[in-house]
Amino acid sequence: MAKGRREMRGIDSSSMADIAFLLLIFFLVTTTIANDKGLTLKLPPHPDDKEDIEIKFKEKNIFKILINSSDKLLVENEGLDDPKKIRQMVKEHVLNRGANPNLSESPDKAIVSLKANRGTSYKMFIAVYNECQGAYYDIYAERAGVTNKRWREIASDLGNPENKAIYLKAREGIPMAISIAEPN
Amino acid sequence: MAKFTKKSKTSQEIPTAALPDIIFMLLFFFMVTTVMRENTINVKQKMPDATELRKLQRKSLVSYLYMGEPKNTVLYGDEPKIQTNDVFIEVKDVILWVSKEKDKLSENERDQITIAFKADEDVKMGLISDVQLKLRKANALKVMFYVRQIADI
Repeated sequence: MAKGRREMRGIDSSSMADIAFLLLIFFLVTTTIANDKGLTLKLPPHPDDKEDIEIKFKEKNIFKILINSSDKLLVENEGLDDPKKIRQMVKEHVLNRGANPNLSESPDKAIVSLKANRGTSYKMFIAVYNECQGAYYDIYAERAGVTNKRWREIASDLGNPENKAIYLKAREGIPMAISIAEPN
Repeated sequence: MAKFTKKSKTSQEIPTAALPDIIFMLLFFFMVTTVMRENTINVKQKMPDATELRKLQRKSLVSYLYMGEPKNTVLYGDEPKIQTNDVFIEVKDVILWVSKEKDKLSENERDQITIAFKADEDVKMGLISDVQLKLRKANALKVMFYVRQIADI
């Protein structure tokens, strides 16, 4: 009897791993890795809050994208089937610098106008908006001499003065002018 | 010639004493990274795809707006609805909701409030733009569309 008691001195810890496994599996299953990434948009102030200022834009400076209620695209008055083609077209429009008389005069005057219909699906709108933003990010990234992905990281972290300098330099003279009209 | 088949006296078992430690290490990692979902989402959430994602700068300034077809269509119908926190709200209530969210922030940060749209891809732009118009009225101008990232090519 006394001999047996001496052997049982330590607590049996072999099942500790099992308990830890159980907890681990619980956390593995319930974990959703929080993602805090998305497409950014800055809305203009409410139309009632400021007086209407009539600003005239030359027709050729505006790159018009229309989406109808059945998600069909009309880009510069021509039908288009694949929203991915918009990226290249926007880049050509913005960086035209007067070369093509139908496109923008200079990058700072170029405007991308995006108009959807009330019946347009959110999916299509995001696809088009993504390409418009992507075109600008591509332009900025190229000017800054970095990849598009790196550019987006720089633009998301402007607290760093180094990033801020790169950011301002790349954006100089080329404002991101994406205008989203209210759908009709 | 010595015998090669010598019976080893050492035990053949792998020591498992360090196993709990390893498991605990993993466990702590997951415990720390886990964020428990604060509220149940009652609308369908299938995000649209996009590539040009940017990271949010400050998470504390973000308020979430869920939009989509209700999961319980028998009770709530199949028209897309707006959900905030735990309740469904109408488009007209968005301004009130924004001002409530702004009250939670400190005074100098109120203009920087970011509204995150977590909308289902089948929601129509009519609803989205109605909400955006209300946000403009409420002076919450920073918007972020939550999307599903697809690989850049």
